[in-house]
Amino acid sequence: MPEVLIRGGTIVDEQGERRGDVLVSGVGIVAVDSTIDAPAGAAVVDAGGCIVAPGLVDLHTHLREPGAEVAETVETGCRAASLGGYTAVVAMPNTEPAIDNPSIARDVLELGRNALAQVAVAAAITVGRQGVHLTPMAELAALGIHLFTDDGAGVQDASLMRQALEYAGDLGIVLAQHCQDDSLAAGGHMHEGAWSSRLGIAGQPALAEESMLARDLALVRLTRSPMHFLHLSTAGSVELVRRAKAEGLPVTAEVTPHHLSLTHAEVASYDSAFKVNPPLREEADVEALRVGLEQGVIDAVATDHAPHAPEKKQVPFDEAPPGMLGLETALAVVSSAMSGRLGWVDIFAACSWRPARIGRLDPASGGRQGGPVAPGAAANLVVFDPTAEWSVDPSRLASRSRNTPYAGRQLTGKVRHTLLEGEPVVIDGEAQR
Amino acid sequence: MNDRHLLSIADLGREGIEDVMRTADSFREVAGRSIPRVPALRGKTVATLFFEASTRTRLSFETAAKRLSADVMSFAASSSSLEKGESLRDTVETIDAMGVDAMVVRHRSSGVPAQVTAWTSACVINAGDGQHEHPTQALLDCYTIREALAQRRGTEDSQNGADFAGLRIGIVGDVKHSRVARSNVLAFSALGAEVVLVAPRTLMPPSLDGWPVKATADLDSVIPDLDVVYLLRIQAERAGQVLLPNLDEYHERYGLTRERSNRLAAGALVMHPGPMIRGVEIAPEVADLPSSLVTRQVRNGVFIRSAVLFHLLGAADSGEAIDA
Ligand SMILES: [Zn+2]
Repeated sequence: MPEVLIRGGTIVDEQGERRGDVLVSGVGIVAVDSTIDAPAGAAVVDAGGCIVAPGLVDLHTHLREPGAEVAETVETGCRAASLGGYTAVVAMPNTEPAIDNPSIARDVLELGRNALAQVAVAAAITVGRQGVHLTPMAELAALGIHLFTDDGAGVQDASLMRQALEYAGDLGIVLAQHCQDDSLAAGGHMHEGAWSSRLGIAGQPALAEESMLARDLALVRLTRSPMHFLHLSTAGSVELVRRAKAEGLPVTAEVTPHHLSLTHAEVASYDSAFKVNPPLREEADVEALRVGLEQGVIDAVATDHAPHAPEKKQVPFDEAPPGMLGLETALAVVSSAMSGRLGWVDIFAACSWRPARIGRLDPASGGRQGGPVAPGAAANLVVFDPTAEWSVDPSRLASRSRNTPYAGRQLTGKVRHTLLEGEPVVIDGEAQR
Repeated sequence: MNDRHLLSIADLGREGIEDVMRTADSFREVAGRSIPRVPALRGKTVATLFFEASTRTRLSFETAAKRLSADVMSFAASSSSLEKGESLRDTVETIDAMGVDAMVVRHRSSGVPAQVTAWTSACVINAGDGQHEHPTQALLDCYTIREALAQRRGTEDSQNGADFAGLRIGIVGDVKHSRVARSNVLAFSALGAEVVLVAPRTLMPPSLDGWPVKATADLDSVIPDLDVVYLLRIQAERAGQVLLPNLDEYHERYGLTRERSNRLAAGALVMHPGPMIRGVEIAPEVADLPSSLVTRQVRNGVFIRSAVLFHLLGAADSGEAIDA
């Protein structure tokens, strides 16, 4: 592979922010300096006016393979990821069949070997995500799988969740919960509140999320096993995690770009692109989530990229499956939502090195994600133009599906280039393969 | 009024509601002629898309369209390809391709008429969507109240919306799941009436934020003050769920019993969107009181729906068409 010189950008990583050129050779960064002359034969990538940062890491991607290849595949999902500046994604296990045994986990990892982003997988906590029997966690952990979740659903049975936490604690793995008490949420298609009441759509109360979160925090207190909380969406959840962290419980939490930027008022159009689980909440929740991310109560941004084929979404709102695309718009949405609250280092912390650590994809865990931008580090990099304006055209997305909630909206900030293990996989906003 | 679609009473506002009622007056007059038909919508096609069966509402719309000389196309979900897995969008686009000017849409899911507007160039009329709205029901209810109030004053001359100023209307029953309640709250309050919702909290919407209403769980405390008691249909399947212990207890607390009807103010009107379950929402002997307007509502439904079709499809072409 020819050398690549990334020229003229502002470097952002955990060390801070500084001007600098970055020279990549093979799969690694070989030099970082204020100016570097292009070696003969090197490809020069323009980063003028841009941020050069460690590639983003998504803890929550639904790649839909196997089972729903009509909506997304590992290949198309990873292309979308690379266009969004992601160099690693964690594939969620709610496929058909579910990733609940080593053979299917190996299949998905194999599909990811040649993809435009590194593919890690999360495995299910229970067999078939049925909430009854534990999966062979030790065998799955031996494949390098670190996160386990029944995402798409929460583990309803408190006793089973306790056993799962105890068993996982011995293995040094982390359980991740989609907090949703089904007895409270059942039949709800949006947030329960002023809009659901007006629109005549059955709602899910904030309590459906918060009650399971509170239960799980009590189980963490009991078992001392670490837990990660997926896509928190309410002010009450932020408060619960804030107190748990103050108490010293070993917990981490993520928030999605859409919960940081959209409210339940969007559902007034009855456009099923706005149907998602957990549902879009109220202004006050959006504000609390922003504050939570700002203060570090919430550790990471995760997309919950959830493709659905158009014909599945072009049905009545209450019949449509929940889920939104997220990978290609995440960084623009998050940086706009957090502007004035977080500087660039903190934005990338939330989108790159902190999720890399939670997913054990960081260098300290033997991984190659999350930086730093320094000689000897892996060349997994994003070049982001923070001032570029663009409008989201669903038909131009790389995902196989079209269910973006930002269709037709003007976003600020666009990924220009992405390097995966030294390979320029996105150049000037175009995927190279 | 919103000149393209009727999805919600909010599309009309006070002026729109009054316009429709005035136009309905003309169609009431037409109905008295030997040939109750005008050429207002000759050459236009009105399609009824009833994904949820309701013979009464469908016939009302189709009669209303025929009285305006429109061609009528009828689509029922049972005869559709929906069962074969065709998406809602495909179905709508197929009917759109046949060239229709208006789609009258009824669906068990809230919001379908709004979704349909994105997939057709026709005017869309909401004929009842899930638990959201049923605007033509609210319009015909307003029209029926207006007519009854005028009659009570001993005149044919209506003061239109002005009749509603200060009127106290109680909407009783399963407000939470009722599209009729949502449309009527908007319509009655737009016209200046005071609306009070009466229901146990399990049958009240979770939030009444922004609703121009009062709410109570105690029917007996408000009944002497009401000028209109609007009883909502209670679906039998709600009882026995956690929302309601049983229908007897419902009747006991929220039914219009003989005792409660005796406590109504003189001349108070009793309404129900029908079909009513005697012995549940209303005692059998009360349903036949002269103040009960159920049959008049059915007749007025045709005038109101003609007026809505005329406003959406015909008014721009010729305001004279009614008299032709
Ligand atoms: Zn989830």
